Amino acid sequence: MSLFDYRVSELHNLLHKKEISVSDLVDESFKRIHEVEEKVQAFLTLNEEQARAKAKELDEKLATEKEFGLLFGMPIGIKDNIVTKGLRTTCASKILYNFDPIYDATVVERLHQADAVTIGKLNMDEFAMGSSTENSGFQLTRNPWDLERVPGGSSGGSAAAVAAGEVPFALGSDTGGSIRQPAAFCGVVGLKPTYGRVSRYGLVAFASSLDQIGPITRNVEDNAYLLQVIAGLDPMDSTSANVDVPDYVSALTGDIKGLKIAVPKEYLGEGVSEEVRQSVLQALKVLESLGATWEEVSLPHSKYALATYYLLASSEASANLARFDGVRYGYRTDNAKNLMEMYKQTRSEGFGNEVKRRIMLGTFALSSGYYDAYYKKAQKVRTLIKQDFENVFEKYDVIIGPTTPTPAFKIGEKTSDPLTMYANDILTIPVNLAGVPGISIPCGFVNGLPVGLQIIGKHFDESTIYRVAHAFEQATDYHKQKPTL
Amino acid sequence: MSRISIEQVKHVAHLARLAITEEEAAMFAKQLDAIITFAEQLNELDTENVPPTSHVLNMKNVMREDVPTAGLPLEDVLKNAPDQQDGQFRVPAILE
Repeated sequence: MSLFDYRVSELHNLLHKKEISVSDLVDESFKRIHEVEEKVQAFLTLNEEQARAKAKELDEKLATEKEFGLLFGMPIGIKDNIVTKGLRTTCASKILYNFDPIYDATVVERLHQADAVTIGKLNMDEFAMGSSTENSGFQLTRNPWDLERVPGGSSGGSAAAVAAGEVPFALGSDTGGSIRQPAAFCGVVGLKPTYGRVSRYGLVAFASSLDQIGPITRNVEDNAYLLQVIAGLDPMDSTSANVDVPDYVSALTGDIKGLKIAVPKEYLGEGVSEEVRQSVLQALKVLESLGATWEEVSLPHSKYALATYYLLASSEASANLARFDGVRYGYRTDNAKNLMEMYKQTRSEGFGNEVKRRIMLGTFALSSGYYDAYYKKAQKVRTLIKQDFENVFEKYDVIIGPTTPTPAFKIGEKTSDPLTMYANDILTIPVNLAGVPGISIPCGFVNGLPVGLQIIGKHFDESTIYRVAHAFEQATDYHKQKPTL
Repeated sequence: MSRISIEQVKHVAHLARLAITEEEAAMFAKQLDAIITFAEQLNELDTENVPPTSHVLNMKNVMREDVPTAGLPLEDVLKNAPDQQDGQFRVPAILE
């Protein structure tokens, strides 16, 4: 039994009753990290000394204060593309191997204000470009359910650390599925909030019109508590939305009677494995038994989402990653006689192949003579994909399907052909293009590997997603299964 | 027919400030060609009268009051620089 088998609200009560201390929670994290990290390799940087000092400080506060917030003293892991002041932040790229941020991301600042304790920084695909965390410039993270398999990506370190019980929760980021897909592969709960729900200030930009930070947790309630703290308007991010943040936990009523579910036929068709399809149909039966109804619908432009995404995300990335030039921070080559050579050598030595490929694809799609044919065309198709969702949401409360076409694949299985790797994201990408929120929760196992159920909601309606996810969780015990490590 | 030639890959690499070897140019030409060929399925759709989406939220320009605030301290700004001198970033020769 680990302390992290408790929900965060239960741990909070134990702190209140003085049955445990913050130091106990932080000890639990590092004890588990020392036990399993050699196998899992989820963390790029540990914050042990500071975390233990912070725990002591919070324990003193605990002795005198009667009221404290729900995240008080909770250990958390942060994806390594979210900047943390004084704590190395690399985006899993050699080009930022020594980067020591001079400010905290807004989400990190809010966690500090809530007195959460940062345990360390989590591995990822370099600059969040990938679906397996194999594109990390530093290390290979393994799936806690099967060490021969990938944890998913790009937030593979975040999902693996939570699944392995190293931290009760973590932050990830999701541009085309990078929270939901690893959550599905690792059997945990991962939410991509509505675009604009959470500030991106301090999230190293990949594709600015698609990126969102979100929580990865062991259960739906913890997820809602974490979103509560990080959501909301931020003057430092002009794309963060001025929309009220509701009380997410109060949405967890367990009541989904009369809920109308849409199931897109495109999400259960070609490319989706039979076992995953069966798990999802079984999950729909559970939801029916709780009083919901479902009907098959169509999101007719789904098949175009992958191409649209790779053109748009790569174009935005090619602009965003121009800042890594060896001048102001990070790696600089030793072999350059002049400035142009310095730029080119620094970037070529600092970036990995997937990042270079996407920068070049984006540069090509934006270059003179090709802009209309590729970039602008993709922006127009994005409109059609967004309209598909709007049409369905006129009649239904949520859209449900699998998170991924298959469970976790083997390490090395998809690295040789970029398009094969990209195809893994066909069910998550449309959600980012439309800007709507989506969650992945565990809904079954195939040969001992977790399967993820994706629940997609209307803009800014994370509450309904949580309500459905929580009702399902109450009726099943998939989220209570743990990998043997 | 190939959509992207090795010469085009080299040109794009230059625009993106990436140095690539002949071998890499050949590899990227093949891979980018496959991705672009795949992307051309978008041409199946008639988008003549469809407006482009650059941003999903209905957001207008976001303004704030023009109030000066303190900038970052110089030592913080230079802290991560690979090379610096006299409070400035230092780079190799710009002109030959």
